Amino acid sequence: MALSASSLNIGDSYEECLVEDLKRTQLVQYSGASGDYNPLHTDEIFTTQVAGYPSVFAHGMLSMGMTGRMLTNYVGDGRLKSFGVRFTNQVWPGDTLHSTATVEEVTQEDGDPVVKLKVETTNQDGKVVVSGYASARVDP
Amino acid sequence: MSIDRFPVEASHIMMFARSVADANPIYYDEEYAAGTEPGKIIAPPTFAQSSAQFDPDYFLRPKIGEPWFGSGKEATGIKRDSSGGGGGGGGGGGLHAEQHFEYHRHISPGDVLTATVKPGKTWERESKRAGKLTFSETITEYRDQNGELVITARGVGVRTERPVDQ
Repeated sequence: MALSASSLNIGDSYEECLVEDLKRTQLVQYSGASGDYNPLHTDEIFTTQVAGYPSVFAHGMLSMGMTGRMLTNYVGDGRLKSFGVRFTNQVWPGDTLHSTATVEEVTQEDGDPVVKLKVETTNQDGKVVVSGYASARVDP
Repeated sequence: MSIDRFPVEASHIMMFARSVADANPIYYDEEYAAGTEPGKIIAPPTFAQSSAQFDPDYFLRPKIGEPWFGSGKEATGIKRDSSGGGGGGGGGGGLHAEQHFEYHRHISPGDVLTATVKPGKTWERESKRAGKLTFSETITEYRDQNGELVITARGVGVRTERPVDQ
C-alpha cells in the first residue's frame, strides 16, 4: 500500500510504538543478527565496571532499525530512497519508544514523486533518541 | 577496510528482521513477497550494516584464538589504558553518532555484494555531558554482483573523553 502524492499534505504524520519495555535479550538478538558484539550492549559487568555506564544500552542501529520498521510500514516496501539519523540519546533496557514520520515536502526526483519526511523517535520521558529524515518514492 | 564478499541470504534477513521486531512477511515469506511491488524478499532498510558479519577484520566480533575485551573471570579480558567511557580506549571503538543510507536499489537474497569503505571527515567538539568528542566519518559503497552501486552508507562514530552523563 503505497502513499499517493496527491493525497499527502505537509504536516501529515504517522506514528508507531517501536518497543515497550525493551529487553536485554533483544539486544543479544540484535548483536547476533547484525554481527555487532560490542560488550556495551550485552555485557553488564564490562559495561558497568569497565566502561562506566549504569547498564548495557541499545545499539544505535537497533533503534534505527526499529525506526526503519515504522517508515516502511508507512511508505511501503521497497519505496525508501534515503534514510539518515543522528543518535541523540542512549536507549536503555526498560525503555519504551515511539517513532513519528512527518511530511515536510512532496516533490519530484528523477521524474518520480517523492515524499520527504522528518523522522523522530522518543523515549517514555519524551526525550528524542533518534532524529533524522527519510525520503521515499510515492505514487502520483 | 573492505568486504570482498557479502552474500545476502534469506535466513540472515529473517533473523535480522526478527531482531528489530519487524513482522513484515516480505522479509521471510517468499510466496507473500512474490505478490508485493518488489516481487521478492527484500532486506529491511538498515540490513546493510550487518555486512559486519562478513568483514574479516571487524573489531567488535570475538575472533577464535584472540583476546576479547568483554568480561570473563575479570570484568574485561584485556587490560588497557582506558580513556574512560564510550567503550573508548581501544576496546569498544566509541559510540555511533550518525548513520545515513541512500538506496539506489533494494537488495534481495541472492545478491552478492562488495563493500568499500573510505574515511571521511573528522572533527572535534566539546560537550558538557562527555567532555571532548572526536567524530570520524566513514563512507561505505555497496556494489552488487554486476558492479552496480546499490547502497551508499555514511556513518559517524564518536569517541568520548568520559562516559556520557545520564
